[in-house]
Amino acid sequence: MIQAESIVRSTCPYCGVGCQVNLHIKDEHIYKVDAPFQVAPNYGRLCAKGRFGVDFVHHPGRLTMPLIRKDFGVTPRQPVGLEGFREATWEEALELAARRITEIHQQHGPAAFGTFASAKVTNEDNYVFQKFVRGVLGSNNVDHCARLCHAASVTALTIAIGSSAMSNSIAEMKDLDVFIVTGSNTTETHPVISTFLREAVVNNQAKLIVVDPRQIEMTEFAEVWLRQQPGTDVAIFQAMAQVIVAEELFNQEFIDARTEGFKDYAAAIMDCTPEWAAEISGVPAEDIRTAARLFANARTGAIYWGMGISQSVHGVENALSLANLALLCGHIGKPGTGLNPLRGQNNVQGCSDSGGLPHVFTAYQPVADDAIRAKFEQDWGTTLNPEPGLTVMEMVDAAASKIIRAYLIMGENPLMSEPDLRHSRHVMEQMEFVLVQDIFLNETSEYADILFPATSFAEKGGTFTNTDRRVQLIRPAVPAPGQAREDWAILCDLAKRVEILLGRPASIGFDYAHPSDIWQEMARLTPAFQGIDHARIQREDGVHWPCPTPDHPGSPYLFEDTFPSGRGVFTALDVRPGAELPDPEYPFILSTGRVLYHWHGGTMTRRSKLDDIYPDPTVEVHPLDADALGLADGQWALVRSRRGQIKVKTIVTERSPQGVVFIPFHFAEAAANELTLDARDPKAKIPDYKMCAVALEPV
Amino acid sequence: MTLTLTIDGREIHAPAGSSLMQAAQLADVDTPVICYHEATTPNGLCRQCVVEVDGWRVLAPACVTPAAEGMEVHTASERVTRARRTLLEMLNASIDLSQAPEIQQQMDDYQADRERFPGAERRAPAMLDDNPFYVRDYDKCLMCWRCVQACADDLQFTYALSTGGRGYNSHVTTFFDAPMPETTCVFCGNCVAVCPTNALISKTEIYLQQGLDYDSIRREKRNQRRAQDKKGGAQ
Repeated sequence: MIQAESIVRSTCPYCGVGCQVNLHIKDEHIYKVDAPFQVAPNYGRLCAKGRFGVDFVHHPGRLTMPLIRKDFGVTPRQPVGLEGFREATWEEALELAARRITEIHQQHGPAAFGTFASAKVTNEDNYVFQKFVRGVLGSNNVDHCARLCHAASVTALTIAIGSSAMSNSIAEMKDLDVFIVTGSNTTETHPVISTFLREAVVNNQAKLIVVDPRQIEMTEFAEVWLRQQPGTDVAIFQAMAQVIVAEELFNQEFIDARTEGFKDYAAAIMDCTPEWAAEISGVPAEDIRTAARLFANARTGAIYWGMGISQSVHGVENALSLANLALLCGHIGKPGTGLNPLRGQNNVQGCSDSGGLPHVFTAYQPVADDAIRAKFEQDWGTTLNPEPGLTVMEMVDAAASKIIRAYLIMGENPLMSEPDLRHSRHVMEQMEFVLVQDIFLNETSEYADILFPATSFAEKGGTFTNTDRRVQLIRPAVPAPGQAREDWAILCDLAKRVEILLGRPASIGFDYAHPSDIWQEMARLTPAFQGIDHARIQREDGVHWPCPTPDHPGSPYLFEDTFPSGRGVFTALDVRPGAELPDPEYPFILSTGRVLYHWHGGTMTRRSKLDDIYPDPTVEVHPLDADALGLADGQWALVRSRRGQIKVKTIVTERSPQGVVFIPFHFAEAAANELTLDARDPKAKIPDYKMCAVALEPV
Repeated sequence: MTLTLTIDGREIHAPAGSSLMQAAQLADVDTPVICYHEATTPNGLCRQCVVEVDGWRVLAPACVTPAAEGMEVHTASERVTRARRTLLEMLNASIDLSQAPEIQQQMDDYQADRERFPGAERRAPAMLDDNPFYVRDYDKCLMCWRCVQACADDLQFTYALSTGGRGYNSHVTTFFDAPMPETTCVFCGNCVAVCPTNALISKTEIYLQQGLDYDSIRREKRNQRRAQDKKGGAQ
């Protein structure tokens, strides 16, 4: 038998569930991963990615030395492989990076920088990143891939209740009564959460309502499955609200005590009958009534949603239509209820919480608020920019018009994750300076001028915050490859050099001995974090923020007595069409998403054993469509949109409805985002990844 | 409500609904287990946790026997000890327990004779290697059912594993004995995590046992198409 030399508790680096893992180490390698059965949030359960997919850590392609592009300074830049870079010392690479940043800052000012924080690295890494960008560069142009996933949910929840995170915890799931899962292929995107949801149905007689165009596995456990036409979510949920109002199933006491605008809302939706919604969505009116009654009459009702709701040109309206339902029935502010956007990345909640957004510091304290800004200015010893910065796609726009001239990118792969990749690549080619820190050369770092090798989750300490706001530790388990360093340490060195070159009289503070020092500074400036420190997480395995004092137990569920905005707000919604509808030239609707065995841009899972079980890019095609196109199962197909084309392997299945094809976005050789459309929700600025028009043909 | 019972002469107050195993824990008595696991529903299959209850004709499996008012329980009587020892000897006669350190420890604790049944027919099915993540080496399987339970209503709700055959030939399998990739299996490995004997074992671990180094393990069964990774040198 193999004996572990050490077993290190950590947090899984894949999705937002934040599973606690034990990394079994021998000869400086992780050879086995398991999970403690007594510890939240996963209680011993893992999925394929967490248990078998962290072998990317030891992949020979890991970056081990600072790299400088051989044709440094040549524009337009082209993507290059490792052979296009030369190895450098940290001293040379840091000094060159600091000099270029300083030159651009002196010539063009703070607005010339577009920066990408990261949902994959720690809270501490992100805090230092935004401190550097805000405090040294004077720019609030800091955003990250949350913009491309739950920006619409955050915006909607801010409007409805003044909050922006999952209201209830994973631990409550197994005791649910009635719950809605919509726009979330939970078994593949949040596999361990899906086990608790299934446990509620199978063992505890909970009733599940699935609202999804695809026949996802969760439908097998559903009491009611509403299979709507893509993009018609608002009609379904507003019609459910209409039934609840018309049949007086609403919670009058809750509405009186906790909400405002009910009368106007009720009047505004009276014509939104199930028959009206059936016309738009294709879902039988009676099914909508059944779902509405089930949800409204529930002892507790919870709503879980994913990208199917938020990644839409009307993503904010989609999420608001869910908030309306929860407010109508009073299904929020109690255990087993709530509005629960399932966050995607391991630390997408934490990156947002740590200030990785253009308009807020830590824990959503607005940069435009004079008192908040004064607090940070005093602590850091500098003056800060009061203007909220640009969002991810606005940064692409600003770069296209030469306002932004330099990209600083930490652990993100926008050239896989942004829509309409051809345009994003074109913008990247024109940049004056691109600095990337990452663990691999990927589609984005191929464009870097300077590439800093960073440590993976297994080689550093710090915290991740999972989807239910639980702050958990990662711990160093294996040595960093070559000269790779922690992101926060790289940033501190870089920031201090830039401060000197810019002639700043005093540093704003980049001397941390350990990630826990960074957390202490963050907690000092953030009332919601003040009761949490690394030592407490070490003792308790994890703490749910908000947690204002050391003796506060943390907050597994929110809004028991009040909403952050005071009263919950109802919003009557118009149903709007998608940005690009099918036509004779491009007759199919394309929806994009994920599969169980891969992760986002594939930087990690394509370098893992996971790639062996799902090696090829695919497209799901309905059998009737496949017949008409002459496409057989397993055959390669060319998929074209007005933006680009890719070659993918056909899966003939009834999982996607007729007229709709589904393509996962993990595969660089056939990136789904070559096809997608840069059409954004007007409020949240999130692109629509779930609906554009494509044509298919066999190849 | 609490129950009062006696365990090894000591009076114990246990909450109503406790099993004898839970009651014994209150008396600081550790019960040896094989099929029992904290994450799966106890089913009293292996009988290693048996205890003697005064007035009962047969030994009681502590994991599934409810504690009752006034029970007199003996966890270390001669009858209990002999039953546990014999059970270990019979398991060891037909199953490869070389990678079950907890059971090995029990054999030492109960002074089991590892050669007591030399003529027993050993279970020796071929190792099933049908996916990239784990193998099923059923000559080590002692039919505790933990994996089947983990795959079903105790952990994963995926229902890929089931039992097949009868009597001595009963075994863990899949529907129609299909290879794992053709079942509902999602390779969560929750079955691997609860296996007490390494009958289910990750490929990395078994290759390490076979003496392969990490580099060879990584190349093993890699997709040929990606033999050269343009972004990071050879796979």
